[in-house]
Amino acid sequence: MKLKTLSAAAIAATMALGSGAVSADLTFPSLSYRTGPYAPNGIPFADGYADYFTLLNERDGGIGGAKINFIECETGYNTEKGVECYESTKGEGSLVYQPLSTGITYQLIPKATADGIPVHSMGYGRTSAANGKIFSHIFNYPGTYWDAASIIVKHILDQEGGDASDKTIALVYHNSAYGKEPIRTLEELSKKHGFKLTLLAVDHPGQEQKSQWLQIRRERPDYVLMWGWGVMNQVAIQEAANIRYPMDKFIGVWWSSSENDVIPAGDGANGYKAINFHGVGDGFAIYDDIKKYVVDAGKAAGDGTNLGTVLYNRGMYAAMLAAEAARTAQEIHGVADITPAQMRDGMEALKIDQARMAELGLANFGPDINVSCESHGGPGQAAIQQWDASAKKWTLITDFTGADRDVVDALIAEDSAAFAAENNITARSCS
Amino acid sequence: MSPMILNTIEVILNGLMAGVMYALVALGFVLIFKASGIFNYAQGVMALFAALTLVGFQTGQVPFSHLINVVFGTNYHHWSSGINSFLAILLTMLVMVGLAWLVERVVLRHLVNQEQIILFMATIGLAFFMEGLGDLMWGANIKVLDVGLPSGGSFWWEDVTREWASEGSEYYGMYIDVLDVWAAGIAIVLVIALTIFSQYTKTGRALRAVADDHQAALTVGISLRTIWVVVWSIAGFVALVAGIMWGSKSGIQFSLSLIALKALPVLILGGFTSIPGAIIGGLIIGVGEKLFEFGIGPLIGGATENWFAYVLALIFLMFRPQGLFGDKIIERV
Amino acid sequence: MFYRESGDFKSSYAADQQTFPIKFDRIAIYAFVAFLFLVVPFFINDYWEKSIILPVLVWSLAALGLNILTGYCGQVSLGTGGFMAVGAYASYKLTTSFPEMNMFLVIIMSGGITALVGIVFGLPSLRIKGFYLAVATLAAQFFLVWLFNKVPWFYNYSASGMITVPERTVFGVAVTGSNAPPWATYLFCLIFVVVFALIARNLTRGRLGRSWMAIRDMDIAAEIIGVAPLSAKLSAFAISSFYIGLSGALFFSIYLGAAEPTEAFGIDKSFLVLFMIIIGGLGSIFGSFIGAAFMFLLPVLFKNIMVGGFGWPTDMVQHLIFMLVGGLIMFFLIVEPHGLAQLWRVTKEKLRLWPFPH
Repeated sequence: MKLKTLSAAAIAATMALGSGAVSADLTFPSLSYRTGPYAPNGIPFADGYADYFTLLNERDGGIGGAKINFIECETGYNTEKGVECYESTKGEGSLVYQPLSTGITYQLIPKATADGIPVHSMGYGRTSAANGKIFSHIFNYPGTYWDAASIIVKHILDQEGGDASDKTIALVYHNSAYGKEPIRTLEELSKKHGFKLTLLAVDHPGQEQKSQWLQIRRERPDYVLMWGWGVMNQVAIQEAANIRYPMDKFIGVWWSSSENDVIPAGDGANGYKAINFHGVGDGFAIYDDIKKYVVDAGKAAGDGTNLGTVLYNRGMYAAMLAAEAARTAQEIHGVADITPAQMRDGMEALKIDQARMAELGLANFGPDINVSCESHGGPGQAAIQQWDASAKKWTLITDFTGADRDVVDALIAEDSAAFAAENNITARSCS
Repeated sequence: MSPMILNTIEVILNGLMAGVMYALVALGFVLIFKASGIFNYAQGVMALFAALTLVGFQTGQVPFSHLINVVFGTNYHHWSSGINSFLAILLTMLVMVGLAWLVERVVLRHLVNQEQIILFMATIGLAFFMEGLGDLMWGANIKVLDVGLPSGGSFWWEDVTREWASEGSEYYGMYIDVLDVWAAGIAIVLVIALTIFSQYTKTGRALRAVADDHQAALTVGISLRTIWVVVWSIAGFVALVAGIMWGSKSGIQFSLSLIALKALPVLILGGFTSIPGAIIGGLIIGVGEKLFEFGIGPLIGGATENWFAYVLALIFLMFRPQGLFGDKIIERV
Repeated sequence: MFYRESGDFKSSYAADQQTFPIKFDRIAIYAFVAFLFLVVPFFINDYWEKSIILPVLVWSLAALGLNILTGYCGQVSLGTGGFMAVGAYASYKLTTSFPEMNMFLVIIMSGGITALVGIVFGLPSLRIKGFYLAVATLAAQFFLVWLFNKVPWFYNYSASGMITVPERTVFGVAVTGSNAPPWATYLFCLIFVVVFALIARNLTRGRLGRSWMAIRDMDIAAEIIGVAPLSAKLSAFAISSFYIGLSGALFFSIYLGAAEPTEAFGIDKSFLVLFMIIIGGLGSIFGSFIGAAFMFLLPVLFKNIMVGGFGWPTDMVQHLIFMLVGGLIMFFLIVEPHGLAQLWRVTKEKLRLWPFPH
């Protein structure tokens, strides 16, 4: 009996869920993770993502005259919950998904493609999805992990005066699909530039990394790169500070680049570097609007304390890119109320230059965005940021630069071809 | 000495330190198991909850602020700019005692004489509940814990050990984290205090009596319920200490509750019922896994620590199925 | 009044061992199974398939497997996640190495491979007991996951170590991959669950099942009366792992379609399945199903009500769900420590006597 009442209640609940959609709205779901082991990173991103859409609704009345219907669904960074969120929100005309976890992204790649809904895995997920000929509905502009690995190596080459052939680079990585992403690229780059590569895996959750850092201390690699996530970041930075590893030679990927990661280590984290694909801080014109229309109006998703943090900026940037793609789609198809298929066209034709960024109040916030049918990876540009522990601030210390396209593109072609062969996909023509 | 030997010593030393950290978590399990036969799955979450509460008091956060703000549309976050660490620790202890009392009152009292696995399951329910409660009370953000403990590699030890290396070899000195040394010191004090408490105080003796035989303890007039509250409070205190030590490294966040997984192999190796077992088990696991990662890890791809700790414990169990110091299992038909 | 037999008329062992001795039950369950096979496939949609029914079916199968080991044979195991990973990776290797192989065969062979692995990791059970064994099976959990994560052969040398199932058909209908229609994947899983639930029921009331229960109740006594602990324990490990391997294979190839070992088959999965059987009822086939449904559906249900119905913030709801689920677990254990199945049994007893309980 219990089961029947249970399922009856579930039916009622899902029906209530399904009937809430209003057709004239642009629906943007947010698969956020505000709970669980990765919550400290998920919260600012989700806040930024939500606040930007709130801003558009409050200030401009939506996008191109169409209101935004924003749905948040909690995944807890868990794949099954992510699938549940996807299935329960896709019926409402969701335009684009930000899966926000490698696991969920891999789930959605075939599903969303079959359902004709675009996925924007911004700077994460499957790197070879940058090949638009194979992955028609998956976008990962403005950059991929392989771009990141290449740009970091480029930065190292700059530091070393162009020659790193006698150097050793160690990679400390989260022992999961995400952490393993850069390895192949780094191996290629090590062949090309002659540096020696050491790999150090850290198992989830990564609270105990003594072995890895003792090894680094013994072997003294010239640079340490980190592909870390969650508690692993804080512990790694703390351990690096403890063994007095020169922090300016310790470079993290963009998911090891938030304030959360460095603050627990205090002054020891001073000088730590990380790669990033967007601007840092709250010195952008858009923040005046966000404060005025969102925070002061009491409509902010969070408590307003994380405005201007790296991950908040990233969430806001993701929302901005989604909104601009929706705008592009509206222009292409001449309707305000676009469908997911039209949204996909908009994402594929997305072009944002610095003039447009300045119009949006985000002058110099990121590189020019240029998505095409062949390349869903965008410009593949990123900059290096550095932490100043006394001011508690990140600053960008380089310009946005591009990756070593020879190496990265070849790898993308190879991996996407393997995927196409495994799944019987024929590359579409892009002329 | 050649750098190779020194490196090995360094690994062993750091393994010992890591072992102390594991033992700190395992200690809480042992206390509760000994007194009530409950395998307390919630021990890790208790450490998280205690540490969250400590930081909450330290920084003067309003508990349940998110809930209050949503329900009443207010915007409260802090009631003061923070209070003294010592006072905060005392207040946190009070909260943990209250929690122990509640657990006994609401859950354990109704589950007397149930099978072990049912009690174990109940503590899992408790773990879920406290995970939700902790986050709801204090928020899921990462928090920085600072109770004034020093951290970082010791310069002095580095200089001393550099002299030991043989002439001309490239050696940077030995590494040891000051925080770990503190943790070891605190663990020693904790164990001595626990021993004195259980040997020389009335409550302590009652505690041992209960651990020995519930029925006999009841017949001589020891209140099982009081003892359980006391034991859970002590375990709460141990959880607080473990939470502070682990939290100093990583900040206070949800992952702190996962340290329980590090304690499980220690427990089976040392035996569920022995406090010295928890300490020695911790040291063996710490040294064993670090040495394996150092010596064999690079050959098979590293990140071996998680499973090697369990395999090591399993090997010990094959010879002593009740753990190194566990009560001998006597079976009667 | 109609829910009962009117006395003890059993005259044979067969009648005494009947699965559903009460006619009303029998009809209800046949009707329910017929409903599952004949009606549900016409109404099932993506949401119900992917987020409700498939996971419940898959978890039920895993819970059945663990219940055989823990509930019937008394060996507590926390290696379920690792064994599910074995099933998943076996099915992945089989589908990609032998593209022509029938999916039914693939899933069953994955179960078989897992059974072999299960026997190996079951060996310590001959010496270690109780919680010590539980924690020892964690060695299997961590080692297996580490192995699948580390050895590239298992994930066909893909860049990230993620495995993705290729599309496979049964009788010309896709059952794996994104183009599989909901009814096909549903029926595919349902067949496995129904068939293997029947097998489990018949195993547990047969000679093997009785020897397991003898071991569970007291292994030394069992040994004295002539039950061989070696074969009883290892057969329990093998059959339990077989079921868990099946569920792992279905979990990966039918339900999710892509997985990585650390996240999909982590320690939390081992605990989840253990919760299911304890809440559902140890040593009960029905309990495995109801436990799986309870542990999986409850959070979804609460979420739908609180987020969809009341519109509360998602993070707060998640915290409340944790508290509610934890609270309910404790509540049910206090009310009925032997699980929901026992609660059901008690209800049935009452129903039999109703309306004349005295």
